[in-house]
Amino acid sequence: MSIAYGRLAALGRAELTLLARNKNNLFIALLMPVAMISVLRSSLSGIGPGDLPMGAGAATMIGGTGMVLILVVYMALVSAFTARREELVLKRLRTGEATDLEILAGGSLPAVVLALLQVLLLTAGGAIVLGLGAPEQPLLLVAGLVVAVVLLVPAAALTTAITRNVESAGITTLPFFLLSAIGSGMMLPTDVLPDRVADVCELLPLSGAMQLIRAGWTGGTGAGELLGAALTALAWIVITVFAVRRWFRWEPRR
Amino acid sequence: MTDNDPCVIEAEGLRRGYSGGFEAVRGISFTVARGEIFALLGTNGAGKTSTVEVLEGLARPSSGRVRVLGHDPYAERALVRPRTGVMLQEGGFPADLTVGETLRMWAGCTTGARPAAEVLEQVGLTARAAIRVKQLSGGERRRLDLALALLGSPEVLFLDEPTTGMDAEGRRDTWRLVRSLRDAGTTVLLTTHYLEEAEELADRLAILHGGEIVAAGTPAEVTAAQPARIRFRLPEGVSPAALPLGLRAAADGPAVEIRTNRLQESLTELLRWAEESAVRLDGLDARSASLEEAFLEIAARTPEGVR
Repeated sequence: MSIAYGRLAALGRAELTLLARNKNNLFIALLMPVAMISVLRSSLSGIGPGDLPMGAGAATMIGGTGMVLILVVYMALVSAFTARREELVLKRLRTGEATDLEILAGGSLPAVVLALLQVLLLTAGGAIVLGLGAPEQPLLLVAGLVVAVVLLVPAAALTTAITRNVESAGITTLPFFLLSAIGSGMMLPTDVLPDRVADVCELLPLSGAMQLIRAGWTGGTGAGELLGAALTALAWIVITVFAVRRWFRWEPRR
Repeated sequence: MTDNDPCVIEAEGLRRGYSGGFEAVRGISFTVARGEIFALLGTNGAGKTSTVEVLEGLARPSSGRVRVLGHDPYAERALVRPRTGVMLQEGGFPADLTVGETLRMWAGCTTGARPAAEVLEQVGLTARAAIRVKQLSGGERRRLDLALALLGSPEVLFLDEPTTGMDAEGRRDTWRLVRSLRDAGTTVLLTTHYLEEAEELADRLAILHGGEIVAAGTPAEVTAAQPARIRFRLPEGVSPAALPLGLRAAADGPAVEIRTNRLQESLTELLRWAEESAVRLDGLDARSASLEEAFLEIAARTPEGVR
């Protein structure tokens, strides 16, 4: 399916205007990441270097990147998609020329751009304020970001299927948020978990992307491990996209 | 079908059921010719919107076949959408965008979109361009919805209850606009539960009831198929039984109603009898069926199988 970039831009622009006018969503997209990263920074500082070989600074960058992605892309989009569905905007758009993919991709454009900008800011901040220097392997970091976005946008769309209205988005996004924050190595590196638990956590939806991001920051990850991370992420993307096509609702339940 | 084919919309044996087992549309067939205004008339729940959504390509029929401009509107949406304009029963606009921003978004998604100012002028919303959608009145939202539908100069226009929520003036403006579009060659399929609207606008119409078409044709044809009515009161002491048998009169006390498909003949017979019997008929009233009567008559029926 080809994508008309003019339509994406038109939809993205409208969604950006709406984001700028919605205080709740702005709060989630701009202030929550800052708050979460500060909490992360202070809790990671308490872990001794023996338990955290990469250092608290790098761990903050990695966890912070994950936080930004999940808050700004996943959580903000669940409420945006739900709001558009309940306002019948999605149904109305489907009567026009835009394809289903364009409607969802265009609508997620502002959130994705905003998240990537924040990651850029975070990375620059880490280099300047924490004196961390640049990521070891920037290309792996970029790959991790791309994979995370390609997974989180359909994951957000899928979550709207169980989200009745914008108010309930706070609850329906919680399981995926907690699972990813704890299990995919955001709040604490998976190294500190028992081996068995860590192995299972590696298979969680966001774990593949987080592993790539971590490898981007610290370097020195083996090819086999990277391939495993990429395949895990790919599998989850395929499953999620399939589920969206099957269960996504374009209009409110009557 | 070629582009010159006079038939722009075709529905054949269209059925649409919902997951709960409810069948909203129960096998209907009709065609709409190029440059024609066709109205689907019916009460709430008659199946109008369920039908139109299939024609708009938002849903697949559970069985039957629909074609718009010769294509399947669901499977071949990329071919059909650039040539159709749609106004849903309830407009879906983000509440926090202004009228102008909404049009700009829609224009960005529409091939060959006309200038927003031109379309706003056409629907009479020019003065409201900078207003947020949530501050518009119900009638103004319908106008905005119509503006979006007209943005791409569509060949086929689907209007689902286009004037609901409008005041009388807005309704007349819309009728005038729809007529001028038809005169310029646009094919219009509209649904309405306003009889007046169907009577004013439609070249042809179908009355939907319980998911089935129960009457179809030009407004005059549909009306003509309904019986005319004669009403009067008999004076005291004259029994309805004294009326000529051929009139098939129904009496409620002294009030009598006669329903007839031959108004002139029945009226002549009645008046001759009254003259000969020296009976005075009070409140005598004879009228052909209106579309309203035809509609109410049909709506009062319980369709088979629907409870």
